[in-house]
Amino acid sequence: MNDIWRMIGQRLLFGLLTLFVISVVIFGATELLPGDLARELLGQSATEETLAALRDQLGLNDPAPLRYWNWLTAALQGDFGVSMATKRPIADLVGARLGNTLFLALYAAALSVPISLTLGVLAALWRNSIFDRASNALALTAISIPEFFVAYILVLFLAQSGLFPSMVRITGSTTFGDQLYMSFLPALTLTLVVTAHMMRMTRAAIINLLANPYIEMARLKGMSPLRVVLRHAVPNALAPIINVVALNLAYLITGVVVVEVVFVYPGLGQLMVDAVTNRDIAVVQAIALIFASAYVLLNLIADVLSTISNPRLMHRS
Amino acid sequence: MKNPMFSHEMTRRGLLKSGMAMTAAGLILPAGMAMAQTEPKKGGVFRAGIGHGSSTDGYDPGLWDNLYAQTFAAARHNQLIEVSADGALVPEIAESWESADGITWTFKIRQGVSFHSGKPVTADDAVASLNHHRGDASTSAAKPFFDAVTDIKVDGQSVVVTLSAANADFPYLMSDYHLPVMPGADGKIDPTSTDGCGGYVVDSYEPGVQATLNRNPNYWKSDRAHFDQIVLLSILDPAARLNALMTGEVDVIDQVDPATIGLLEARGVAKILSVSGNAHYVFTMDARAAPYNDNNVRLALKYAFDRQELVDKILAGHGSVANDNPIGPASRYYFAEMEAKTYDPDKAKFHLKQAGMDKLEVTLSAANAAFSGAVDAAVLMSEKAAAAGITITVDRVPDDGYFDNVWMKKPFCASYWGGRAVEDQMFTIAYQTGAAWNESFWSNAKFDTLLIAARSELDEAKRREMYQEMQQIVSFEGSTIIPMYNNYVMALANTVATPDKVANNWNLDGFRAVERWWFA
Repeated sequence: MNDIWRMIGQRLLFGLLTLFVISVVIFGATELLPGDLARELLGQSATEETLAALRDQLGLNDPAPLRYWNWLTAALQGDFGVSMATKRPIADLVGARLGNTLFLALYAAALSVPISLTLGVLAALWRNSIFDRASNALALTAISIPEFFVAYILVLFLAQSGLFPSMVRITGSTTFGDQLYMSFLPALTLTLVVTAHMMRMTRAAIINLLANPYIEMARLKGMSPLRVVLRHAVPNALAPIINVVALNLAYLITGVVVVEVVFVYPGLGQLMVDAVTNRDIAVVQAIALIFASAYVLLNLIADVLSTISNPRLMHRS
Repeated sequence: MKNPMFSHEMTRRGLLKSGMAMTAAGLILPAGMAMAQTEPKKGGVFRAGIGHGSSTDGYDPGLWDNLYAQTFAAARHNQLIEVSADGALVPEIAESWESADGITWTFKIRQGVSFHSGKPVTADDAVASLNHHRGDASTSAAKPFFDAVTDIKVDGQSVVVTLSAANADFPYLMSDYHLPVMPGADGKIDPTSTDGCGGYVVDSYEPGVQATLNRNPNYWKSDRAHFDQIVLLSILDPAARLNALMTGEVDVIDQVDPATIGLLEARGVAKILSVSGNAHYVFTMDARAAPYNDNNVRLALKYAFDRQELVDKILAGHGSVANDNPIGPASRYYFAEMEAKTYDPDKAKFHLKQAGMDKLEVTLSAANAAFSGAVDAAVLMSEKAAAAGITITVDRVPDDGYFDNVWMKKPFCASYWGGRAVEDQMFTIAYQTGAAWNESFWSNAKFDTLLIAARSELDEAKRREMYQEMQQIVSFEGSTIIPMYNNYVMALANTVATPDKVANNWNLDGFRAVERWWFA
């Protein structure tokens, strides 16, 4: 078990390093973008005079490395600062949106993970059957259609008939049940987008194992096919399945801006797009770090779980 | 007999055509609209889906730059002066104003009005609100309006503004959306405060998402602000906006995509409100740079494309042809009789010859950030111009940073203007020599002289003549191609009622839909 803890510690340290590098890259990339916050805030109506006054007020006249250093030292002390555009604390600004994004990601995961694992296992079990072909075809079709189009189709059939709302309005008084109901269409859209990947991976991993002699042994013992798959194949296929699930979870957190726009969902993606368009670097950095952390942590969890699922990896040394 | 304007048998195009005759009146009424006219009724929750809004929007009036921020501001604030639905100035917080010479303006502040916080509105508050846009440290986009202001002071119940030169239209500037009356303290307003003296009090606001406001129970206007609560939602995606209206999530949407108007009308769930104003789309040419420094080249380009085609295809008929004139049909001194420029390749060739050229090759930079459909419009122009021996290469540039990298940097590019209340304002900010937003870098001595003379001319007939002459100069000598005036196109649920006349100075009834409209 000590190996696991050592691995977690090591990976967390590397994770921090990754986050640092990402923050430098993001800062540099935002610097490379033409225009700055003052220009974006004042828009077409900017004059040189007002631009200069606003730049001065926002501290944009400092050299870039100094601005990065100021941000970094504050961030290390847990102070992500205020949005340069709105003067609102970034913790406030990002907090509610992060909650919404996580809610949607978990909602979509709660729908898609059981569906894709079940379909994957069944497809492997009934390989080359009508069921296998049909579920593959459906899942691949869903993933091949751009997600905004999937979203519009769902709106056409499920929202315009009045079954589900076409947009999500979350306020302080929204109950959990309401939120589940309102967010159903975006969650379903995401489910359709990610299911194929997880399902196909599950199916492939299991089919791969079914050719092994120990499976044949199990069959020869007279076990039912379902028991062979669940008891003998799935445990050995867990590592790749866990990895693909983690990858898709990370995508659900970071890559859903299009779905957010179509369903007017107040998540982090739209906030990030706004912040980039306005060159509001402090907000961009905070969100980029959240996204990066999601990847780092989910990958770490996936690696830990797949190690635990495979005793051979636990006793390497 | 049936009134043909409201007959259901009419096609949309036919309706628009007959509507054209009404554009001077500002409003094209769709089928069924007339039935909605009732006495205003109180109550209900009004939800508007607005196609702008960003998580970087704030409360600082100097930085409001999109239709969401402006509508939200109009809901919670009052101005000194309001622009009524028919374009006239009406008293708001200033109950009257006067000036003997056009230089010293006195605005008498209405008594008995209070802010949401309960604090009475005083002349000091008004002065602090105006001063927010003046001075070196001001970051306000409205700062240029105050260049000519030398002094603002309190005189009893009044605010006295002194200008460096006479300006008969100065009160119009006080109706600008940047200048709400906000509570002042020590001569300054708090640009992070929600407090105002408007019809609605902010309950909650999440920038870029939604704002909820409740009716101000102490609002001084008894015949306004009819809704109990208003919810302003930022819905950036045009299709999402349309869906929200069709599924009853919102009662009103703005910026309806012209391509979907026909479909929406066919569904019968909503009515279209198409208001012609002074907003216009432009293609600017850098008058300092060859070949655009030759007026003959500019004229050749102005005759080399089909304006009606752009109105039909880019605006789906929801707009009108503009004659390179930034003063629109909703203006007092609009020069409707000016010689119209039609698509005339021969005339374009003639002007090219005058400039000593057989053919012309130019590059037009466009992005839909300039206006929706700008790239398509540029391509249409390029197709038509070929017949006149003009090759227009359309350079599609990114939306992001358009006004930074392309606008006023490339010699020939697309841009847009919202309507301006007065001719003087439009000309001063965009056409006077050296003006900060003179996007074509155009300079015309005669125009400049007329502009300054007209500003202080108090004789109505003479002013009209001067402004019409200026329109003539801009149209035929200017460096800006203005192909069309774009309507403000909104869609309303059938339950929403509007006054007979809807303002055309800005989107959503001059931003005042929230206080002028009601549920039937």
